[in-house]
Amino acid sequence: MMKDCLIIGAGPAGLSAAISAAQNGVDVTVIDEFMKPGGRLLGQLHEEPDHVWWNGIEEAQKLFDEVLNQSIDLKLGTSVYHIEKANDNWLVHTNEGIYRGKTLLVAAGAAERSIPIPGWTLPGVMSIGAAQVMTNVHQVKPGHNGIVIGINVLSLAIARELQLAGVHLQGIVLPPEHLLTKGVSHPMDVFQSLLHLTHLAPSPLLKWGGLLAGKSAFIQRLSLQMYPKNGFKLWNISVQMKRVVTEIVGHEQVQGVKTADLTASGDIVPGSERTIPVDFVCIAGGLYPLVELVGVAGCPFKYIPSLGGHVPIHDERMKTPVDGLFVAGNITGIESAKVAKAQGHLAGLSISEALGKLTENAEIKRAIEHIEKTREKALIQFHPDIKKGRKHMETIAADFQKKEVSGQ
Amino acid sequence: MDAFRVTKHPVLKLKQNRKEIAFVFEDQPYKAYEEDTIASALLANGIRMLRRHEESGSPRGVYCNIGHCFECRVTARGEEGVRACLTPVEDGMVVSSGKQLPTPFKEGDQ
Ligand SMILES: Cc1cc2nc3c(=O)[nH]c(=O)nc-3n(C[C@H](O)[C@H](O)[C@H](O)COP(=O)(O)OP(=O)(O)OC[C@H]3O[C@@H](n4cnc5c(N)ncnc54)[C@H](O)[C@@H]3O)c2cc1C
Ligand code: FES
Repeated sequence: MMKDCLIIGAGPAGLSAAISAAQNGVDVTVIDEFMKPGGRLLGQLHEEPDHVWWNGIEEAQKLFDEVLNQSIDLKLGTSVYHIEKANDNWLVHTNEGIYRGKTLLVAAGAAERSIPIPGWTLPGVMSIGAAQVMTNVHQVKPGHNGIVIGINVLSLAIARELQLAGVHLQGIVLPPEHLLTKGVSHPMDVFQSLLHLTHLAPSPLLKWGGLLAGKSAFIQRLSLQMYPKNGFKLWNISVQMKRVVTEIVGHEQVQGVKTADLTASGDIVPGSERTIPVDFVCIAGGLYPLVELVGVAGCPFKYIPSLGGHVPIHDERMKTPVDGLFVAGNITGIESAKVAKAQGHLAGLSISEALGKLTENAEIKRAIEHIEKTREKALIQFHPDIKKGRKHMETIAADFQKKEVSGQ
Repeated sequence: MDAFRVTKHPVLKLKQNRKEIAFVFEDQPYKAYEEDTIASALLANGIRMLRRHEESGSPRGVYCNIGHCFECRVTARGEEGVRACLTPVEDGMVVSSGKQLPTPFKEGDQ
């Protein structure tokens, strides 16, 4: 059956797009391989500065209720593995057969970068997001006593979530230094990126922002030299910017990690090596847009580090240069779920417009402004230069359009 | 089957009164709850090793838990290469893990 619109991804972006498109009379099918709607929103649990909890499960339920209200067709447990265009229509190949649509929105979200550390394939080593989903979505603890490798906004937030669920953490430490960890394994780089986070959030970044901000001014004065070997405590979890995991050890599964202390310049302190027993390890290497599917659909990319890597070229209305192909959410750049939702809402309107079901430009303008406002207020910022990255993409998309028009 | 379950939480509503189900992994019987994935059901039972790497034989478990890495491949419902992290466990399901395969044609071997 031919649909007006197919949406890949039932995360905040895909669901919001489905809702705004359906509200304009667009006939939509949303496809997702996870067994529940909500995408990565499901695992999220943050305390906002006003002490209200951002509970991803509840937020996802709200979107799902609206999807049911609009009688939107939702296919869960369905994996997309190929996309093609035939006679101006999209064919989306899944393990449950082929879906057809006049327009296509790819809202596949983000994936986690891994950091290969000796021993990282042992059972019990997992990405930080895996631990989040296990704990908050399935309500199973990743282990009883673990350690987090990689210090960034996501690992700090999820470490707290693990602690809330009663999981003990030995701390959050650095990965060993090698080519792939450039910029995230040196104490000074990580130190500066954390200072950036506090600078970004004058209102406390998560709740610990205040603590971090207070501490960092102090630490800044005394310099990283004085940074305590055992780190500072964030909700009683020690953040150890001068400790590194050099190897994960265990027979058949994780039993411990070998750690060492670092000097402020990033060298291992001789004689500081020791083994800490743990039953699980989380690796936090950061997020990147999951773009394979839009690549298959023929969309051109641009590499913009502040957006998380290679992102599909798209204009401020979420339209790609490929006719009938739209993108929204983290596939366009790594940001919080609220921004993804706002982008999805806009994409749903743009799709309605493309199908001739929406002629009112004012609504689209408002949706664009709403994204900017949401970005401005976002509690979790994944990159300090996100706004510059977004502007950069806008100019690239505009240039692209000019070239197309002039036939270059 | 509850050794690893979250039993107390200050914010999240914990799932309660879920239907118990029985499944088999590597010929051993286990219990789980409805809504568990194969991966969460096994971890709740303290089982982390889902398979052995086809060539090296090294043990593997869940890595990303959201379908991206394919580290959690198992055989379930008679189907090979099923992602344990994306597949809901079902009552009576028989799950087995991947085995090390003989590699007669591996480069360098004669
Ligand atoms: C592991 C992880 C943890 C995160 N934790 C946080 C956090 O704590 N706080 C925060 O602010 N942000 C977090 N993020 C960022 C997150 O991406 C955004 O907050 C937000 O969820 C993005 O929404 P989205 O709709 O773009 O994508 P997602 O929410 O990722 O939804 C995309 C959906 O597409 C589906 N999909 C992808 N490929 C296919 C395919 N081939 N076939 C079928 N379905 C497919 C996925 O199953 C998924 O449900 C996290 C991201 C990841 C990857
Ligand atoms: S753990 Fe990565 S696909 Fe299942």
